[in-house]
Amino acid sequence: MIPFDILVAVCVSYVALLFIIAFMAERRASAGRVGWLRSPLVYTLSLSVYCTAWTFYGAVGYAARSGLEFLTIYLGPTLVLVGWWWALRKLVRIGKTQRITSIADLISSRYGKSNALGVIVTLLAVVGTTPYIALQLQSVTLSFAVFVRAGTDGWALPDVNATALWVAAGLALFTVLFGTRNLDANERHHGVVTAIAVEAVVKLVALVAVGIFVVWGVADGPRDMAIRISESPLAGTDFAAGRWVGMTFLSAAAIFTLPRMFQVLVVENADERHLATASWAFPLYLFLMSLFVMPIAVIGLATQPAGANPDLFVLTVPLSLGQEGLATLAFLGGFSSATSMVIVAAIALSTMVSNHIVMPLWLNWQNTGASMSGDVRKLVLRARRISIAGVLVLGYAYFRLTGGSEALASIGLISFTGVAQALPALLGGIFWRGATRRGAGAGLLIGLAVWLYTLFLPSFGAGSVMSAGLLSDGPWGVAWLRPQALFGVDGVDPLLHAVFWSIALNSFAFIGVSLWGVPGPMERLQGAQFVNVFDHSSDAQGWMQGAAEAEDLLIMAQRILGGTEAQALFQRAAVAQGKTGYLPDTTPAFLERLERELAGSVGAATAHAMVGQIVGRSSISVEDLMAMADETAQMMEYSSQLEAKSAELERTARQLREANEKLTELSVQKDAFLSQISHELRTPMTSIRAFSEILMGGEDLRIEDRRWYSSIIHDEGIRLTRLLDDLLDLSVLENGQVSLNLQPANLRDLIDRAVAATTEPKGDGAITIHRDRAAENIELVTDTDRLCQVFINLIVNARKYCTADAPELRIDARRQGDGVLLDFVDNGSGIPKRSQAIIFEKFARLSDRNAAGGAGLGLAICREIMGRLGGSIAYLPGQGGAAFRVQLPLRPPETSAPAGSQGEAPAQLNHA
Amino acid sequence: MKAPSPPRPVFLARHGYRSRRMMDLSRLLPVAGLFLFLLPLLHQADGPVSTPATLIYLFSAWFGLIVVAALLARRLARVDDESGTTEAGREGGP
Repeated sequence: MIPFDILVAVCVSYVALLFIIAFMAERRASAGRVGWLRSPLVYTLSLSVYCTAWTFYGAVGYAARSGLEFLTIYLGPTLVLVGWWWALRKLVRIGKTQRITSIADLISSRYGKSNALGVIVTLLAVVGTTPYIALQLQSVTLSFAVFVRAGTDGWALPDVNATALWVAAGLALFTVLFGTRNLDANERHHGVVTAIAVEAVVKLVALVAVGIFVVWGVADGPRDMAIRISESPLAGTDFAAGRWVGMTFLSAAAIFTLPRMFQVLVVENADERHLATASWAFPLYLFLMSLFVMPIAVIGLATQPAGANPDLFVLTVPLSLGQEGLATLAFLGGFSSATSMVIVAAIALSTMVSNHIVMPLWLNWQNTGASMSGDVRKLVLRARRISIAGVLVLGYAYFRLTGGSEALASIGLISFTGVAQALPALLGGIFWRGATRRGAGAGLLIGLAVWLYTLFLPSFGAGSVMSAGLLSDGPWGVAWLRPQALFGVDGVDPLLHAVFWSIALNSFAFIGVSLWGVPGPMERLQGAQFVNVFDHSSDAQGWMQGAAEAEDLLIMAQRILGGTEAQALFQRAAVAQGKTGYLPDTTPAFLERLERELAGSVGAATAHAMVGQIVGRSSISVEDLMAMADETAQMMEYSSQLEAKSAELERTARQLREANEKLTELSVQKDAFLSQISHELRTPMTSIRAFSEILMGGEDLRIEDRRWYSSIIHDEGIRLTRLLDDLLDLSVLENGQVSLNLQPANLRDLIDRAVAATTEPKGDGAITIHRDRAAENIELVTDTDRLCQVFINLIVNARKYCTADAPELRIDARRQGDGVLLDFVDNGSGIPKRSQAIIFEKFARLSDRNAAGGAGLGLAICREIMGRLGGSIAYLPGQGGAAFRVQLPLRPPETSAPAGSQGEAPAQLNHA
Repeated sequence: MKAPSPPRPVFLARHGYRSRRMMDLSRLLPVAGLFLFLLPLLHQADGPVSTPATLIYLFSAWFGLIVVAALLARRLARVDDESGTTEAGREGGP
């Protein structure tokens, strides 16, 4: 048997080892060699403060009492960690950008840096954590007692309470030494974190060692173990579905809201990427921690006497089977679990107490900001140290008060439920911008009250705080207010009952009050920064330009941050502003930065109040917020306007480019037109001049010759006149000076006229015309002469240019809507594709064959006429020969002014 | 005053698309875990369920979850590094 003294010696040397490790880590860190001190592994291991003595001893007890339900305590955190992308990532980012020091600080900062909320959460945390610390003390004394009892073979116990006291004192010393080395809570406590990581390894190794001993030493491997489990009293699991779900929820909530978890998860986080590793490594740690719980419980139930405390199976099983070394290891494991939890919890609580209770009180007492005296750092640190001691004293007092009688698990769950009251305000705060300070306050207070009433106070037992009558009949005999059967919900597990009602009423109050009110400007600003933490990479400023004296600010900052650091901060800011010296301009950005820097030490609310005292005006107003939002909105608007403008410019440029191309084309066309027309005019003129010269010079000409020459002159004159007529006609048409002579007519008559006018009596070059006279029977109102002119032109063209041996022309007419479609299709070779675009241009004769017929103005005139008549003429490709489609309305449009055929614009420009 | 942030792109290249889906998976993982962990409650319609069997089931599900989380964490940490401070997580997020 291990003598008690040796056990104490082991214990003391273990603690000494922790001190040394912490000391070494601090030395390393201060030398700048952080290296593995900031690795994801250390971060993950530090999260194991979740696994306290409750886990180490209590889980086995839990399993021995209620079977598989103990797993819920690990499954909840697993879900939260695995789902880190949802919430933890955001929480860590917020913690970093806002320099959050504790969960109370987070909630206070989110809801407009309200200190009242900070105080509420601090009180909640203290009340919720105290039983938990008592639980750790209890587990350590119980485990001591196991060895003592076994060692002395009797009941000659050393004073258990004295043990607890010594443990508490030792822990307080460690925490004060390594937990309050620096004021800035955001600076890593390397010593503490490293020591905790070592403890995490110790407890895992211890529990796994006991598990391996049980499975392979006592039982005969996993198969035998399974058989033993199925033969044990725990063989069949009767799930209480409500508790299964409720416990999972509670333990998941605990990851967010336990002050110590927040401390290691958010405050001590060195790098956001570590969270990615922890998201699977910490569940793995929990997995390993719980893997052997069931086997130990089953073996304990089988080997230990009937009345043995199942909470201590981890110790008593190896001890009773003569494995003293293993039992000592297990004892150390339990000891580390307890100490690490107490250390971190004490740091977290002391930060909250000093930042949210002591500092505001002190500020209030000082009252005048500018005349601050004394070193604030010392004050805050002293407050923290005293708080640590206070927290441990409270835990010890609770331990003495409850007499260490309760099962470990139930104390743990009471504590979990208490701190879980911060969950609605926390999650609402980071995901819902509409959450308000009043809502959070109402939710927290109601949750706290319901928790106290339904769970915490009854947990002391009937007759101690609450009378038995109150518990069974309700206050003043009002049955529906019975603490464990609120609103008549009877027969439910008391814990589940408390969890349900406290969280439900808490959430209702939080949401309801939040929906009701309008938050203040600071709340809205902070709300936006928290909820949109990933969008706001740069910060909206909470301060407007003030007339604060940089010197006053420096004096204050020195008192909190220390001379060197404060001066360095101010100097950096001054340099960034392009100034020299230590006094930068007190711009909003600088005030914001300074406040955040201070918040890392004394919490957001206090920092805000301190800066506010010096700056002299209460930061930001709703109008400022609106102006800020307006500015952003205006920028967005301006940029979208710019975008629209640039699109418009592009459109205009494209139009200009097109117009330019057209103009260039037209200029070329104009030149061609001029040269064409002079050529066309010159040819007849030349022959007229030549023949008239002959006539003038030769009196001896024969009469036949004279007649012959004058007839040539006459013909050429006619040709010239026709050309000029055509030109004049075109010009009149293009200038829109033509007046239409509208009259009703039948299309068939018009075509008859046209055909008759073009029929050559001699039959030379005759063309066969196919018509459908029935289809042509269409009444319309139009300028008959002009339309005939178009038809004649088309028929003449076909006769002139159709290359077929037996030329044929088909004229198809049909009604289409309010108009008529007339196709003139011949059986010639048609017009090549590249020429189709230019045949309607002036002088666009494709070849000189049969050129005598005209000057190439016909189709151009046709197009102009059709435009005047409100119709159009186009070349119709793909008909076998040349095909023209004439389209005209049954009645020309009222405004017979420039009816737009497409070629009109260039035609007019031609004459401009 | 910061400049208005550029609008989030609606369509992404293959790489970006995959990392978005990884984020979706990461968000779904706790839901899947909850489903797996609540499943044993359905098994007890007729009397208590066998503890060893349930124990093995729960631990297997748990371990599976850890493995998937580990694989995802590696990829997501890379995504986080690449995207720097710009968040893509709000798409479909809370």
